[in-house]
Amino acid sequence: MFGNTSLTQFLFGRLTLDAIPYHETILVVTFIGVAIAGLAVLALITKYKLWGYLWHDWFTSVDHKKIGIMYIVLAIIMLLRGFSDAILMRIQQAIAFNGNEGFLPPHHYDQIFTAHGVIMIFFVAMPFVTGFMNYVVPLQIGARDVSFPFLNNFSFWMTTAGAIIIMMSLFVGEFARTGWLAYPPLSGADYSPGVGVDYYIWGLQVAGVGTTLSGINLIATIVKMRAPGMTFMKMPVFTWTALCTNILIVATFPILTATLVLLSLDRYAGTNFFTNDLGGNPMMYVNLIWIWGHPEVYILVLPAFGIFSEVVATFSSKRLFGYASMVYATCVIMILSYLVWLHHFFTMGSGASVNAFFGITTMIISIPTGAKMFNWLFTMYRGRIRYDVPMLWTVGFMVTFVIGGMTGVMLAIPPADFVLHNSLFLIAHFHNVIIGGVLFGLLAGVNYWWPKAFGFRLDAFWGKVSFWFWQIGFFFAFMPLYVLGLMGVTRRVSQFEDPSLQIWFVIAAFGAGLIAIGILAFIIQMGVSILRRDQLRDDTGDPWDGRTLEWSTSSPPPDYNFAFTPVVHDHDGWYDMKNRGYERPLGGFKPIHMPKNTGTGVILSGISIVLAFALIWYIWWLAAVSFVALIATAITHTFNYNRDFHIPAETVTATEDARSKLLADRT
Amino acid sequence: MSETHVHSANLDNEKPQFYVTEEHHPEGSTMLGFWLYLMSDCLIFAVLFATHGVLGRNYAAGPSPADLFDLPLVAINTAMLLLSSITYGFAMLQMERGAKAETLFWLGITGVFGAIFLGLELYEFAHLIHEGAGPTRSAFLSSFFTLVGTHGLHVTFGIIWLITLMVQVARRGLIAENKRRLMCLSMFWHFLDVVWIGVFSFVYLIGYIG
Amino acid sequence: MTPQLKFVGRLFAFLALMALSGCNLVVMSPSGDIAKQQADLIVISVVLMLLIIVPVLFLTLFFAWRYRSTNTKAPYDPEWHHSTRLEVIIWSAPLAIIIALGAVTWISTHKLDPYRPLDRIDDQRPVTAEMKPINVEVVALDWKWLFFYPDYGIATVNEMAAPVDVPINFKITASSVMNSFYVPALAGMIYAMPGMETKLHAVINKPGEYEGLSANYSGDGFSHMRFKFHGVDQAGFDQWVARVKQNGTALNRDAYLKLEKPSSKEPVRYYANVEDGLYRAVLNMCATPGKMCMEEMMHIDMMGGAGTESQENREKLEHDNRHAGEAAHGAPAATFPATGEPARSDQSQSPAEKPATQHDMHNMPGMQHNNQGGAAPAQLNNEAPAKP
Repeated sequence: MFGNTSLTQFLFGRLTLDAIPYHETILVVTFIGVAIAGLAVLALITKYKLWGYLWHDWFTSVDHKKIGIMYIVLAIIMLLRGFSDAILMRIQQAIAFNGNEGFLPPHHYDQIFTAHGVIMIFFVAMPFVTGFMNYVVPLQIGARDVSFPFLNNFSFWMTTAGAIIIMMSLFVGEFARTGWLAYPPLSGADYSPGVGVDYYIWGLQVAGVGTTLSGINLIATIVKMRAPGMTFMKMPVFTWTALCTNILIVATFPILTATLVLLSLDRYAGTNFFTNDLGGNPMMYVNLIWIWGHPEVYILVLPAFGIFSEVVATFSSKRLFGYASMVYATCVIMILSYLVWLHHFFTMGSGASVNAFFGITTMIISIPTGAKMFNWLFTMYRGRIRYDVPMLWTVGFMVTFVIGGMTGVMLAIPPADFVLHNSLFLIAHFHNVIIGGVLFGLLAGVNYWWPKAFGFRLDAFWGKVSFWFWQIGFFFAFMPLYVLGLMGVTRRVSQFEDPSLQIWFVIAAFGAGLIAIGILAFIIQMGVSILRRDQLRDDTGDPWDGRTLEWSTSSPPPDYNFAFTPVVHDHDGWYDMKNRGYERPLGGFKPIHMPKNTGTGVILSGISIVLAFALIWYIWWLAAVSFVALIATAITHTFNYNRDFHIPAETVTATEDARSKLLADRT
Repeated sequence: MSETHVHSANLDNEKPQFYVTEEHHPEGSTMLGFWLYLMSDCLIFAVLFATHGVLGRNYAAGPSPADLFDLPLVAINTAMLLLSSITYGFAMLQMERGAKAETLFWLGITGVFGAIFLGLELYEFAHLIHEGAGPTRSAFLSSFFTLVGTHGLHVTFGIIWLITLMVQVARRGLIAENKRRLMCLSMFWHFLDVVWIGVFSFVYLIGYIG
Repeated sequence: MTPQLKFVGRLFAFLALMALSGCNLVVMSPSGDIAKQQADLIVISVVLMLLIIVPVLFLTLFFAWRYRSTNTKAPYDPEWHHSTRLEVIIWSAPLAIIIALGAVTWISTHKLDPYRPLDRIDDQRPVTAEMKPINVEVVALDWKWLFFYPDYGIATVNEMAAPVDVPINFKITASSVMNSFYVPALAGMIYAMPGMETKLHAVINKPGEYEGLSANYSGDGFSHMRFKFHGVDQAGFDQWVARVKQNGTALNRDAYLKLEKPSSKEPVRYYANVEDGLYRAVLNMCATPGKMCMEEMMHIDMMGGAGTESQENREKLEHDNRHAGEAAHGAPAATFPATGEPARSDQSQSPAEKPATQHDMHNMPGMQHNNQGGAAPAQLNNEAPAKP
């Protein structure tokens, strides 16, 4: 009997049948739903014999365009999970009054707000942004791929592996109950002994590897792979913001990695970095995590600024106003984002001078941000603004974001922060900038670049429906939280005593409902557009009268992006070409050197999931085996020297001729 | 990368050159990419150094560096690592000459020095743990073991990588790919050396002086 | 185009609704002078920023409408993209606002520093020398608040009172994880952290019953980690103290350690007398018998540690302030029965149980414990570490 137990323990660590939450109705229903949907998808793929296509053309692809699209698909799937969490929280807070405990006990509610934050930042916003940078940057700089195509595939799969690890916690065990930054000592082994924090740690560590490598890859791409003539000050603004964002990624994600390593050592090895015991210092964790955390905000928002800059110039049919000051503003924001981390914890009791210093540096960031806002404004001035869906998102952003910016500066004043910190005012503020800034930008980007990626536009009607529900829903969902914050209501509370608060939470829940319709409309928009793709088809490759190089090639672009590498004379390279009588090359194509697909990324990320799972559940033999497998696979990969091939000149000629025919048929 | 002659393209209405008909070869990004990786790794060490800076005197009413460190041993250890960097340099010189056997010889020597370094470090760790001064004893020891151990882990991976590369060089010779890889490992190895100098001065020497 | 106008219309409708509903915006209309000044700061900063935000919003909507593509009468200048004069304005306008706001920030941050003793009761009355501040020592427990009144020798759980117009000096710590001490009507929040002490100086100007809460998530019972803060006049406060003394029991270490165990929705408790130096022991994480106080540990560390022969110190510095380890012993330690019964240990048994190792540590070389400020002596209830 005893021997049996220890054998089970050896085999399964602390994983037992009790870890399956079959007594929690919500989770069981979710699981059944997910399982049915998952099986249906798998059945469809099998029925239409798509496995080979998916594996060869997508999963193992090193094409930056396909990887970019896969990132965005991942982000949209995870958005649905993160948003479900949001809806659950909104309902709980709208009903948990007058002794009604709502339907989510603290044990469950606390996991939900943690998961919501983690998923929305790491597995929605990050892959969304990375997806766009992957897809657009090489096209904008006239390159055929990124610097390290295999690494790109590997990065994507590591991010996906992180998402899978987080999703597993829903059905096996539990997730962290600590808030999205897992402050110790609460997240330490003493106060969170379960697997939740371990899921958190390993999910983020695995995804973090992908993020860091993808950052390195994109910096090298932007620095080394630009088309001839494209000096730094002729790069499109989106590429500039991508460069700054990736510099921030490379300069901050290692800090997150190291910090989480220290936390995991505390949890696994009994060290004393952040414990209350033996000289540990939990405040250090708070500092370290925010030295990563604050630049992270700019990692997300800078590319969104880049998207807005492209959109506003394109749809105003006008050059971007103040290109140089836009670039400088981006760089200043990048640098300043390192000097403000302490504003996330003014209330920890640092001295007045320290608090004031960090408060003022925070405010200074609003100067370049304000300059950007004015630049967009004066781009619209004397333009001819076309209100296609991307432009609607942009104007919606400008109106929404200034409010978020204003509340942000209010929070930057330490004494004001003392009464607003950790309140729903703070929650309203950062949703105001992340939804109103980042998410609006990403949705503008989807509408803007979709025709480039697939050769047909997105349906405008459903796009407008989605926009209006998002926009109005946002105000209904978050303005009440500003009010509640001023009523002294703080975050992460699951039950309330004061009945006068209820009406505001009901309004906020109503707003979340409107946003849900907005998300639904977005999904319908994609579905409808795919069905109506023939009517929405764009053969020109340049549906918006674009200005940058990605619009100079076909939609979708060929594998090699450009038959001949373009030469750039101006930062609106394609606009310049169109103005000065550019003619498409029709012959004389040469073979093109391209990287080969590889399945190593998928395999490595699969092993990483197993390794993480083994570490989370203390299945040490499995951890050892998978770690060795991981190293062995990586080493084996380096023995493959045969990594590239040439697209023959005939294939290039055939592809380009097909496009010539399409273009000729139009006229 | 931009080519200067393109800049001077005429800006009048005459049609400038809008594409290059020759295959465009951007210069290699590997060195830049690897250097960026090293900088990101450097930040991990920066966090660990900072952590040690904060916790380095939190002995938790336990032993301090003066009670624990065996400086002569650490000095020998340092010498091993510095020597391995020099021998790696010799390997690179031989690589430039295209001498495969000599390159492999010096790489082997580098590996041996690296292994001795690791052995001494493990001996030191074992000794400390035996004395009851393991990583769980105090925040100071937690940060000490983590910082030095992370460096040791890097050296371990460096040695695994070194062996892999030796096999690859032996099999395929000093081809361009292998040369590029040897360059990367060279940067990595010297980087570890630089980090160790930081560890030796800030952790051991300053810790010992108190 | 009117859609943009619609948003703003909605936004203002919302703001109007907010004003009309007359809800209790305690942060904007607080009852304590510190919170009052913090609210003023919010108003000042909003007004300053609206100077630039309103024109931007207006211009955005105006340009969006005026330069719509269907309005062919509007000028169109596709190549216009630079104006040095305009650039200077768009950088310097925000800069000017931020300089003003930065100055306000620097001054107010120093003036409203929670560590700075008050110099005024409200905008009319300065603090005078004869005003004696009241001291309150706050401990955030899992998941309730413990208040020590060292001047009166009493303590309470989940309820505190303070006389109006008298400066209050808070000293704040926590037993296990981080919390945040926040009474919105009184003053801004400050973190409560285990083994550390934060400070807050504040004053309540209007009598009333106010909400207090933990503003930093701390685990399961966090939602109910609330207390009532009573602002009362001096007579009322004296009565309250008398009531605590009359109805309360004793708070010794034993009672404290039972109280420390996790529980939520804890009823109000009164303690008529408090064991000497208990707060200090809690702060130093040595309320549990046999633990070494943080002060002592820090002193030993400052002196260069305790050498290699100090294994016994290790256990003395490992804490289990959520009492998770006790659950294994079969005691139903997870939650207290919410019967409202006061402290569980009566005074008679406590002296016997009082840790017998109340010694000082003059055998430590170079040790000089300074008990400054009339604070209770440190509870050094453990063997001094042997130093070779």
